[in-house]
Amino acid sequence: MRGRALIWKATPLETLNFAIANWSQIVARGWEHISLVGVAVSVAVLTGVPIGILITQSRVAADRVLYVAAIIMTIPSIAFFGLLIPVLSPIGQGIGYLPAVIALVFYAQLPIIRNTYTAIMNIDPALREAARGMGMTAFQRLREVELPVALPVIVNGVRNAVVLNIAIATIATYIGAGGLGVFISRGISQTDPRQLITGAIAVSVLAILADLGLLLLQRRLTPVGLRQS
Amino acid sequence: MIRLKNLTKIFGATTAVDNVSMEVGAGEVCVLLGPSGCGKTTTMKMVNRLIEPSGGRIFIDGKDVTEVDAVQLRRSIGYVIQQIGLFPNKTVEDNICVVPDMLGHDRKASRKRAAELLEMVNLEPAAYARRYPKELSGGQQQRIGVIRALAADPPVLLMDEPFGAIDPINREVIQDEFMKLQAALKKTVIFVSHDIDEAVKMASRIAIFKAGRLVQYDTPDNILAHPIDSFVADFVGADRTLKRLRLIAVRDAMAENPPRVTAQDAVETAIALMESHGHISVVMVGPQGRARGFVRLEALRGKKGVVGDHFEKLPSVIDIDDNLRNAVSRMFTNDQSWLACVDASGVYQGYITQRGITHLLGATYRDR
Repeated sequence: MRGRALIWKATPLETLNFAIANWSQIVARGWEHISLVGVAVSVAVLTGVPIGILITQSRVAADRVLYVAAIIMTIPSIAFFGLLIPVLSPIGQGIGYLPAVIALVFYAQLPIIRNTYTAIMNIDPALREAARGMGMTAFQRLREVELPVALPVIVNGVRNAVVLNIAIATIATYIGAGGLGVFISRGISQTDPRQLITGAIAVSVLAILADLGLLLLQRRLTPVGLRQS
Repeated sequence: MIRLKNLTKIFGATTAVDNVSMEVGAGEVCVLLGPSGCGKTTTMKMVNRLIEPSGGRIFIDGKDVTEVDAVQLRRSIGYVIQQIGLFPNKTVEDNICVVPDMLGHDRKASRKRAAELLEMVNLEPAAYARRYPKELSGGQQQRIGVIRALAADPPVLLMDEPFGAIDPINREVIQDEFMKLQAALKKTVIFVSHDIDEAVKMASRIAIFKAGRLVQYDTPDNILAHPIDSFVADFVGADRTLKRLRLIAVRDAMAENPPRVTAQDAVETAIALMESHGHISVVMVGPQGRARGFVRLEALRGKKGVVGDHFEKLPSVIDIDDNLRNAVSRMFTNDQSWLACVDASGVYQGYITQRGITHLLGATYRDR
């Protein structure tokens, strides 16, 4: 078992030395990673939340949209990146940043659409009834009642999407989009466990920090009247 | 004030509301009563167009509601539901001011009004205005639900079983509070209920529904005394005549300007007074006219001295503003055949007897 032997050869100290020596590289790749995920999730929020709200109007539409989004999730990421190459090649973007972001946007859709849809559907029907009876328009109901009440669950979906995207973005290095996956792919191809471990740890730390940050945001965005005392 | 004309609602193959015509006068509380599925809620929801009628028309103040924009219409009609539906993300005061805020009323003025309304339902504004709904009990939440509907001072109020989910003890209290509010604000109210006792208590008029049709529309006393058919009679209950007791105030049933004696009156005077009135007892009053006790003819016979030496304590008295149901209950509790009726300061005003009550309840049958 050559691979296993390699891992054993990289002591923690060697890995630490590598990380310190390449600190600026790690930070630069980290920013690439954050940029990929940040842009993708932002776009996914801007599309997924409205889609999640819209499909609450039709059971059939909801079933179909959620089904398609779930299927997209099952496509292996490396295959998805591959599929985008011929699609985007005509505009000269077959590999690199753009296809990576596009794929990540698709992967982020399901948690965001599903949580938005579930959150809105789970709102106490009495709230909608009271709001309608008092003369709120559909838009006012959404802005004044439904979205504020649904927000914590929607942000939770965004959290899931971010963590998911941080993991998937690691693969984007294979289509030249950079990110922390670079260390992992190089670690494998150069049989260098120091790079492999450095990359893996960096991705994990990023995911944990993002998750905690969004958890704090989720708490802040929860209306005071809905917070658990 | 509100007039329904041949109102009909058809859902698919079922006729939920069938050609209902009725009129609710300004300041009246009209209770729509009936078993579930009888069309009472559907009828109410057509008034603010939460449900669009299939046929017929609805006029509020002579104006056809279908000619008004539905959203504007709803803002001009108070709406209270059983599930309350307070917005959990808004404070109590912001919940109350939802409609005034939508109508663009002055924020300060509507917050001030919210505080007044909170006081009217016995919730201290300083303590409750800034709280959130989940910090309140169910009864407190529904009080907010009711005053939220009143915040923009709409002339019409629709209430869909508003107190149905509240425990019986709190329900009585909140019903009383609402009646007080209503006495002060004089809204025209359509109130859906399936509880005959609640209807008798709240209603100026009761509309009884059965399978989408309006079967009987009359005052609570007439519904109880003269149910139009066996369905209504069954629905209001076999004890319907007892329920009528609640509708009659003691002051309307008592014999006024009753004979009375004071402690200083001679026994002979008291005997003569009772004999001249054909009474077997008479109430003794104090210097201010308060009921202090009573003397019995039988017990005074052959006695000397003044009434003050021989009087007995009254087992109980009844306030003239109380209702006959409580009066009768008190008579039964103390094994009395009559009760002294007093005003708020205890001054003797008259008396009621079991015979008199029986006679009064029977009057409606003799007149016909």
